[in-house]
Amino acid sequence: MAGGRIRARIRRSHLYTFACLRARSTENNEPHSIQGPGYSRIVHCNKSEMHQKPPLQYRSNYISTTRYNIITFLPKAFFEQFRRVANIYFLVAAICSLLSISPFSPVSMIAPLAFVLGASMAKEGVEDWRRFMQDKKVNSRKASVHKKEGIFSEKQWKDIRVGDVVKVEKDNFFPADLLLLSSSYEDGLCYVETMNLDGETNLKVKRSLEATLTLDSDDCFRDFMGMIKCEDPNPSLYTFVGNLEYDRQIYPLDPAQILLRDSKLRNTAYVYGVVIFTGHDSKVMQNSMEAPSKRSGIEKQMDHIIYLLLATLIIVSLISSAGFFYLTKTEMPRWWYLRPQQAETCYDPENAFASALCHMVAAFMLYGYLIPISLYVSIEMVKFLQALFINQDINMYDEESGVPADARTSNLNEELGQVDTILSDKTGTLTCNQMDFLKCSIAGTSYGVRASEVELAAAKQMAMELEDDGSFSMAGGCRSPEIVVTSKDRKGDKPSVKGFSFEDPRLMDGNWTKEPHTDEILLFFRILALCHTAVPELNEQTGKLTYEAESPDEGAFLIAAREFGFEYFKRTQSSVFINEKYPDTTKAVQREYKILNLLDFTSKRKRMSVILQDEEGQIFALCKGADSIIFERLAKNGRAHEEATMKHLNEYGDNGLRTLALAYKKLDEKEYMAWNNEFIKAKTAIGGDREGMLEKVSDMMEKDFILVGATAVEDKLQKGVPQCIDKLAQAGLKIWVLTGDKVETAINIGFACSLLRQEMKQIFISSTISDPFSEKAVKESILNQITNATQMIKLEKDPHAAFALIIDGKTLTYALEDDMKFQFLHLAVECASVICCRVSPKQKGLVTRLVKEGTGKTTLAVGDGANDVGMIQEADIGVGISGVEGMQAVMASDFAIAQFRFLERLLVVHGHWCYKRISQMICYFIYKNIAFGLTFFYFEAATAFSGQAIYYDWYMILFNVFLTSLPVIALGVFEQDVSSDICLQVIALRENLQQNFFA
Amino acid sequence: MLMVAASQQPLPCPVQYHHLQGAKRVVEIVERYDAECVPDAYKSNKVAYIKNGSISKNCTKLLKVDKLMKAPIYIYYQLDNYYQNHRRYVKSRSDKQLLDGLQNNDTSSCKPEESNGGLPVVPCGLVAWSLFNDSYIFTRGAVPLKVNRKNIAWKSDRDHKFGKRVYPFNFQNGSLIGGGKLDPHIPLSDQEDLIVWMRTAALPSFRKLYGRIEEDLHPSDLITVNLTNNYNTYSFGGAKKLVLSTSSWLGGKNDFLGVFYIFVGSSCIFISLVFLLLHLKDSRPCGDATFSYWNRKNVSL
Repeated sequence: MAGGRIRARIRRSHLYTFACLRARSTENNEPHSIQGPGYSRIVHCNKSEMHQKPPLQYRSNYISTTRYNIITFLPKAFFEQFRRVANIYFLVAAICSLLSISPFSPVSMIAPLAFVLGASMAKEGVEDWRRFMQDKKVNSRKASVHKKEGIFSEKQWKDIRVGDVVKVEKDNFFPADLLLLSSSYEDGLCYVETMNLDGETNLKVKRSLEATLTLDSDDCFRDFMGMIKCEDPNPSLYTFVGNLEYDRQIYPLDPAQILLRDSKLRNTAYVYGVVIFTGHDSKVMQNSMEAPSKRSGIEKQMDHIIYLLLATLIIVSLISSAGFFYLTKTEMPRWWYLRPQQAETCYDPENAFASALCHMVAAFMLYGYLIPISLYVSIEMVKFLQALFINQDINMYDEESGVPADARTSNLNEELGQVDTILSDKTGTLTCNQMDFLKCSIAGTSYGVRASEVELAAAKQMAMELEDDGSFSMAGGCRSPEIVVTSKDRKGDKPSVKGFSFEDPRLMDGNWTKEPHTDEILLFFRILALCHTAVPELNEQTGKLTYEAESPDEGAFLIAAREFGFEYFKRTQSSVFINEKYPDTTKAVQREYKILNLLDFTSKRKRMSVILQDEEGQIFALCKGADSIIFERLAKNGRAHEEATMKHLNEYGDNGLRTLALAYKKLDEKEYMAWNNEFIKAKTAIGGDREGMLEKVSDMMEKDFILVGATAVEDKLQKGVPQCIDKLAQAGLKIWVLTGDKVETAINIGFACSLLRQEMKQIFISSTISDPFSEKAVKESILNQITNATQMIKLEKDPHAAFALIIDGKTLTYALEDDMKFQFLHLAVECASVICCRVSPKQKGLVTRLVKEGTGKTTLAVGDGANDVGMIQEADIGVGISGVEGMQAVMASDFAIAQFRFLERLLVVHGHWCYKRISQMICYFIYKNIAFGLTFFYFEAATAFSGQAIYYDWYMILFNVFLTSLPVIALGVFEQDVSSDICLQVIALRENLQQNFFA
Repeated sequence: MLMVAASQQPLPCPVQYHHLQGAKRVVEIVERYDAECVPDAYKSNKVAYIKNGSISKNCTKLLKVDKLMKAPIYIYYQLDNYYQNHRRYVKSRSDKQLLDGLQNNDTSSCKPEESNGGLPVVPCGLVAWSLFNDSYIFTRGAVPLKVNRKNIAWKSDRDHKFGKRVYPFNFQNGSLIGGGKLDPHIPLSDQEDLIVWMRTAALPSFRKLYGRIEEDLHPSDLITVNLTNNYNTYSFGGAKKLVLSTSSWLGGKNDFLGVFYIFVGSSCIFISLVFLLLHLKDSRPCGDATFSYWNRKNVSL
């Protein structure tokens, strides 16, 4: 067999009824009309040599994110340096020092400047070099490219050309934007992870054209020819317009066939694709914006101080010029030893005014020591060393992942101490984004004894309230929840299975057969094991099965089913195989279930069903879905456990768990056949209404279910999150959570991580109550709610009252509009915590900007996924969680930490220290320069203001750069006004810091 | 504050006292002579007197010794209101020429005293040109006092800054005569008066070493000084003084440091006492946070 298939082929499209509907244009089979500006790109497939020279020469796949190259480095870096006021002053002074009136030798002016500029530029250069090396790494990644005669060979990414045919294997990144030709699946399907592009972790399905399906082995590309005409490079990730000319036919292309650079091939052995956009033409590169350079507040303030010093300098120069003018005019003619009759212009008593002007220039240089020339360099050095301390902090080292903290940009260190508002992502930041099967309700009985984080938090709260009245000063050390709260040790004797925290002797180890509703329990397990689209994968090292599921919930279900004794281990084109282990038989029974139909999950449907036939020929429809959806689709006789299950679901919901309801129904052969005919008719229908028809047919099937039970999965909080948030709140920080989750989940998590407390008054702003069609009415209602809430806070008498604001994404779109955003912000800043639900990545950025610009205070954004990049770049400080997956957030961030809880130490300890250090250092620096600079002035008064310098040249050069720099730098690096323990304990020290004692 | 004051106090006390005593032990005789040495006829026009070469500039002064002065006794001349630190003056010299002599042609830095009649001047520049040229002869009773005029300049200057084979050339030959003349047969490295003068003073009132008396002077000794009053300080209203001074380990007579130290030290004692009283009256336990920022804020909340 050509190419050598690794896996049995499966028609994956069988699994999808909705997700990858053919685009309508395919049915029409009418190619896009591609002409005019913006649609000029022509790609000759498999003929990359045609793109080596004009007119079809496109950019290579070489990418460069560096700021400079060898030629532009000097001018550009110089320009950067001279954006600093002080450096301009010193440049002017250095030029003036070449004149004869200069009080110093040129060397003494130029040498320090050169040193300072050299150091700063060297730093720039090193940083850029690092970027270059990173690019180089990416550029030299290998990809398998078609050479000729059906032979594929490895090529570096940078050498890939438009028109090349590329073979990408599983878990590899696409080297450029590709047109999908075929995949290891027979129907040209493939799974793509786009986390680097949009931060979504679920897999996306891409599908090739029917016409290119046959190109499924290396050999096929021997004579492959084709021409793609398509749009020009553009940054839109979700659109693509183009036509493929192949075999004398023209096929329209749409985004479903485009594999974007920086996304990853998942669950698919390999794909073939033709390169369309390369390098900077690719959509992701077109999308990437230059990270804004962030300046810390102190640096901005420093500019003001420099201006102040410049003003002082000018005043002092004026005074000494005036003195010189007077003395030269009145006294100097009598100083015979100066031979005043033969004086040059600059010392001429006859022309005292010109002399004074001369002197003015000289004085301007003479008192230059008032301006701290090496301040910037020293600060950069100090910050670099401070960043080393942050990186080396053992208390911010995550032992599990082995990742230390990483201060990626050191120029924001001290800003950490000034943070006022934290904007946090939820999934992956506060939570682990690792689903844990925790509880379930089967046939009206709730199983699962472990407590969720929320329960623990609530219990902790109770215990707290018993032992103190919530006073502030309790901040001291002994509050770890494990001690206070629970007697059930979370770490059981058994090694825990990742994704499975369920614990209940009634169900485990086969004991479920002794429970009352054995049949339902069995069904429940089977639904878990059967109702999914996952693919099992044997891990060769451990010999265990892992599941490649579309969502982490599904993965958790499969692991749960496995632990219960229903191990799903194989999927073929038409069947699913399960090893069922019953307690009475020691050996597992292998069972095959024929998959008849699969109605997959979409966010609109909120449910998925499989219709299958077991070995006895019985046909079942198994369904799992959101509780509200399932409950309305139950049969009359299927509601036996409805009430109890509902109660359990609410409990689970309150405990911060994600819930799904499971149901089934039995079908007889005839019934199914009738339905299937309808279904096939709908599936093969041509025309725009196919989608509607399919939905209708599925609806017919997905009703009259019998409820089996419900599952509760926990998205576990990261370790130490509640305590960390607690501390940060005590430190007076406002914490906003921006999440894509729905309101209930977000609130539950809010409670779990002690962002919300029972005594807090919750303010909901929503747009659901009013008419969704009239935008004006909606806006008015929102505005009303905002003003009411603001009023309420204003009228609140209790000084300890705390408020929490909860708003959803749709409302937020209105609230962020120009006419309302300040009212909204005003309300939000009054609240101790703010939770925004269902927000898009863009809204995250907008909210961050609003807070940053509206309050004028320092904001910190923390997130882990690519969807947080906007927020991270927008905020004054961006923190990336470098834990589980995706480097996008970390790449965009200023600081990277492995766990959310390290944020506390980063802000409270390092923020405090760095701020104190930098501000004290600046004060010290300016003090030393003023002290030194003024000696020149005092001495001037004794030399008849003639412009004589008091010190020897070399002493002056060395003074700033060498003699006095080390004590200052030592202060800036090592100073600890209080120890880290005290910083953490007396959290209020931070508030003091925010009073901005500097300047 | 308390700690700072307390920690500074005990140690430096004797040091301050010692400073002051050291300064006090120095015996100094200062005699201003520029005004009195002008003949009565020229009292109203001193500049005319000093510029008139035909009038004898000799003058005699009597100095009375009050306290025992132990050898060595340093003889200084002091000039007031003389801007030897003026930038134009300081710059007007050529260190290269002082070391290498005529081999060094570039005397542009010596303006306006770089050449005379087309020939370079050695040593060039205003500093050398304005060389101080009063001279003093001392007698005790009737016995001449020996004055040692060797080794009055810095050794490093003599050895490394002023050339051993550089002889004055074309010096004070122009139409404008500044100060003293130099013997063209003595190399610059031996012209110690010049070397002393060329090390320009930092302040407009300064003393320069003239020589040393290497025997003790006793109380009630009468010393006659025969001096030549050549140098013009009348033009710019300066003053000339002759100073005889012993020295201590601190150098010359200078009370400032000692007085200043004692002042600062006693203020520290005073302040620490005040704090001690405050502490006794109204003490706070260690670690008390009642008045800390956050607690104050909570009250007002």
